[in-house]
Amino acid sequence: MSSAVTKDERPDTLRLLPPHLNDVTVDESSLRRFLHGLPGVDPVGVEERAAGLATRSIKKAAKLAAIDLAISMVDLTTLEGSDTVGKVRNLARKAMLPDPERPETPRTAAVCVYPDLVPTAVQELAGSGVKVASVATAFPSGRSSLEVKLAETRMVVEAGADEVDMVIDRGAFLAGRYGFVFDQIQAVKAACGPARLKVILETGELATYDNVRRASWLALLAGADFIKTSTGKINPAATLPVTHVMLQAVKDWYAETGQQRSVKPAGGIRTTKDAIKYLVAVNEVAGPQWLDPYYFRFGASSVLNDLVMQRRTQLEGHYWGPDYVTVD
Amino acid sequence: MSLSDLWEYAPAPESAAVGAIKDRYLPFIDGTFVEGGGPDLVSINPGTAEPLAEVSTVSAADVDTAVAAARRAYTRVWSRMSGAERGKYLFRIARGIAERARELAVVETLDNGKPIKETRDFDVPTAAQHFFYHAGWADKLGHLGLGPAPAPLGVAGQVIPWNFPLLMAAWKIAPALAAGNTVVIKPAETTPLSILVLAQIIADADLPPGVVNILTGAGDIGSTLVNHPGIDKVAFTGSTAVGRHIQHDLAGTGRKLTLELGGKGANIVFDDAAQDQAVEGIVNGIFFNAGQVCCAGSRLLVQESIAEEFLTRLKNRVETLRVGDPMDKNTDVGAINSAAQLARINTLLEAGREEGAEIWESSCALPSQGYFLRPTIFTEATASMRVSREEIFGPVLTTVTFRTPDEAVAKANNSPYGLSAGVWTEKGSRAMAMAAALRAGVIWDNTFNKFDPAAGFGGYKESGFGREGGPSGLAAYLDTDDEPVVGGGLLSHTGVL
Amino acid sequence: MAHLSIPKTYKLFIGGAFPRSESGRTYPVTDAKGNFMANAALGSRKDARDAVTAARKGFGAWSKATPYNRGQVIYRAAEMLEGRKPQFVELISTSRGSSVRSATAEVDAAVDRLVHYAGWTDKLAAVFGHANPVSAPYFSYSAPEPTGVVAALAPAESPLLGLVSVVAPIISSGNACVVVAAEADPCVAITFAEVLATSDLPGGVVNLLTGQPKEMGPHLAGHGDVNALDLTGADDELRTTLAQLGSQTVKRVYVPKGVPDFAAAPGTARLRAFLEIKTVWHPTGALSLAAGGGY
Repeated sequence: MSSAVTKDERPDTLRLLPPHLNDVTVDESSLRRFLHGLPGVDPVGVEERAAGLATRSIKKAAKLAAIDLAISMVDLTTLEGSDTVGKVRNLARKAMLPDPERPETPRTAAVCVYPDLVPTAVQELAGSGVKVASVATAFPSGRSSLEVKLAETRMVVEAGADEVDMVIDRGAFLAGRYGFVFDQIQAVKAACGPARLKVILETGELATYDNVRRASWLALLAGADFIKTSTGKINPAATLPVTHVMLQAVKDWYAETGQQRSVKPAGGIRTTKDAIKYLVAVNEVAGPQWLDPYYFRFGASSVLNDLVMQRRTQLEGHYWGPDYVTVD
Repeated sequence: MSLSDLWEYAPAPESAAVGAIKDRYLPFIDGTFVEGGGPDLVSINPGTAEPLAEVSTVSAADVDTAVAAARRAYTRVWSRMSGAERGKYLFRIARGIAERARELAVVETLDNGKPIKETRDFDVPTAAQHFFYHAGWADKLGHLGLGPAPAPLGVAGQVIPWNFPLLMAAWKIAPALAAGNTVVIKPAETTPLSILVLAQIIADADLPPGVVNILTGAGDIGSTLVNHPGIDKVAFTGSTAVGRHIQHDLAGTGRKLTLELGGKGANIVFDDAAQDQAVEGIVNGIFFNAGQVCCAGSRLLVQESIAEEFLTRLKNRVETLRVGDPMDKNTDVGAINSAAQLARINTLLEAGREEGAEIWESSCALPSQGYFLRPTIFTEATASMRVSREEIFGPVLTTVTFRTPDEAVAKANNSPYGLSAGVWTEKGSRAMAMAAALRAGVIWDNTFNKFDPAAGFGGYKESGFGREGGPSGLAAYLDTDDEPVVGGGLLSHTGVL
Repeated sequence: MAHLSIPKTYKLFIGGAFPRSESGRTYPVTDAKGNFMANAALGSRKDARDAVTAARKGFGAWSKATPYNRGQVIYRAAEMLEGRKPQFVELISTSRGSSVRSATAEVDAAVDRLVHYAGWTDKLAAVFGHANPVSAPYFSYSAPEPTGVVAALAPAESPLLGLVSVVAPIISSGNACVVVAAEADPCVAITFAEVLATSDLPGGVVNLLTGQPKEMGPHLAGHGDVNALDLTGADDELRTTLAQLGSQTVKRVYVPKGVPDFAAAPGTARLRAFLEIKTVWHPTGALSLAAGGGY
């Protein structure tokens, strides 16, 4: 029941904004007024809601469905300085066949690598339906010139990446230079061509939930296909309450524009239990129409092994150990 | 077909066997479970409308026996025991509740109908916390600011409602015992089971016989108890109508009285609120325990400039509430406690319709058996409508709009009740000014339905008087009358040193 | 030629003014020897109603006044009383037949009582309020607030000290009151009203009715806009009746446990009787996401 992620069947993500939203992006001060006019987020309230939803008890058929869905949403990721061609090949094979013992196990959504390893991933994954995603734009800090960021984006798209994971300049965002960040995202989006753009907010550096909401809207206004929590290089990475805020943002965006955008928490999601809590949040905060690999992804690596093990447990009725799944 | 169509949460029922429900329960008098002299009652499981257990109830003579036992225990044992020792008994009870938490949660959910999520995560742990908190006060009463050694009152007669059976028992028993009183307590007719499990925990803690006596029965037994001449202090939680009667009956007796009665709490959302959290707060305020909460935020006041968008968000959120089997761990809204309560709510819903309020209800499916209601919202319910004035005590929210803070305060305070209110604004000065202007005993800024044994709780106006929790809650169980009287000496009005 | 004295017309004290009873009724007041002293207004049901209306109005301003300001006003009343000491000594010794010495002692004690409560206004929240250490990320505090409109029956004993001892604790926390003076001592009560009227006390904070407690008490106890009753001056039977009436709107009722010894230092029971404890919760939470969550 793996769900093929084929953007061709989806509405074009380069869309026209409703006039009232177009107006807010005309200049820096309009953007500021708009972003600071968004309703605030009460941290205690959002954390309580997240904690409350995290107590959902997902069992039996619902759990198996959740595991399969979660596997199909994984952006299987390796972003180490020590990454090798061999490691990426292994990862690609694992993405296509997460559980060799049970080949019916869904494929992951994508493999996510550094720019220089995109050709390897493209080659390995050709024809599989598993997307190739690449980080770009001076990942993970984003501290480079726009020219360099655009050049890197073009490079990975030309190399065959289906998806580009960019980072925003948090320094500029925190300094209130929203127009600057907006322009960069818009420029990178243009450079992506047909590739889908994931905009990493690096929420662990944004200090407040209010900023998470503002950055989410800023990215959506600038054309982000996905809003993504984290690079994985900063602690804390994805958290449930931060993801709640972002899910609410895409839900609100949909209500305003009719455009359904996507969310990707990344980093810190290690267990099936974690993944299911996120799916519950997707289901109940954004809505069931987001329970789809096109609209929700996990940026993760080790969670896949746990999902595979739990899948076997569900099917076979006993627990498995780590020696029975492949180590990356 | 998309995966989302397949992802229905499978039922995740808690095991009823954990509750170890017995066929028959007995009142607890003078340290033993005894057959009462009254007619048996059958406790119904509101989630199924089926009988759950038989309960022996007491007679008026049993009330005499219990009050005498409490007096004996007070005079001979409890009033002579050091505060530190009293406290250790309370600590034992706190631990006992924690150890049997899962069982108590199941018993409560089966007997009351509220979701297992609530009993498991709120009622039972908070009950344990109440005993733990008050245990620590027992040897520190001199630090309350009520004199160096404030005296207990004697025997406390307590009557509690069905909406938080175990938690209300803890709210009543723990401070009474910590202050040095003994207790005769009557649970509600429809929810006697969890307090009788607590009785077993109390017995297992070796609390001296007679210090806590639990009398089962209906309103007549409650009336006999609060009017019993052997009682020194009456504490009642329940409806304002019954509270008035008790206050009337006790007039001139000199018996100390505290009342925790009804409410019609306003939950006020300003246009600068953190809207998503405000939606959560409104939902929590009126659908927690299916709105069967005295301090429920049953009146939504929303600023006109955001009203339309806010109500849309609210309705969308209410649609996601999972209503149904209270034993399912994923149920958000459980059953109404009894057929009688369901009928009362329906009467008011009908009144709302007849008075022309626009009614909206969640499209959720309801179980085919048991006492259930869909979460309901009356939009533009004008102030004169019954649904806007009377406590509905069910999952029913009324909404009105306002334009200015003054108007919000005027509308919120326009009620004979004054138990709770909520304020949603990101502006700190407004939150504080609203908290000061609202005539209610508990104000929640940017939150709702928060409770803690360290924080006093109680009403203004017809929501009652006296506090429960915190230092002011203990004062309700101590002789705090320090006015010098002619020829007075140190004797308190109870005649006990 | 000797000066022919001008006797005072004793009226009611409502909303800061001195109206006659709307009923037009009066009753004769006699001194300790049974001689005619004055005609006092015989307050009626409608006077009681007007007084409650005035008190509700007075409550608005008085409860919002700063504690410091309330303390200053009550202290000012003490100053005014001190200044009229000879007048009160004469009035008390005439009406009660007590010695000048004991009348002086009563006036002194009444002055001191006002000073005592003037000092309470800005201590109440510190003494009866709390910061609540709740087990969740909230700042929670409980603070006392005034109950609202209190109807009080002044005691028959110690005409000035009894009245002051009843009124001062009620108003020091910000309540407004309607007081029915002791039936036998309307002159002392209304003269005390003159003290209040010249003390910067906003109109309506204290309203004094003279007449029969048995007549006006039930109207006050049954009045829906009265929040609390102080039944110090009622006998047992009247106390029960009024407390029963008060239960219809769940009024707070203060009944002393015996005959109050107003000469002794007061406790705090009277203060606490007309305070409501309000608990407020406000979320705190972590300042920054950098701390991470438990998720």
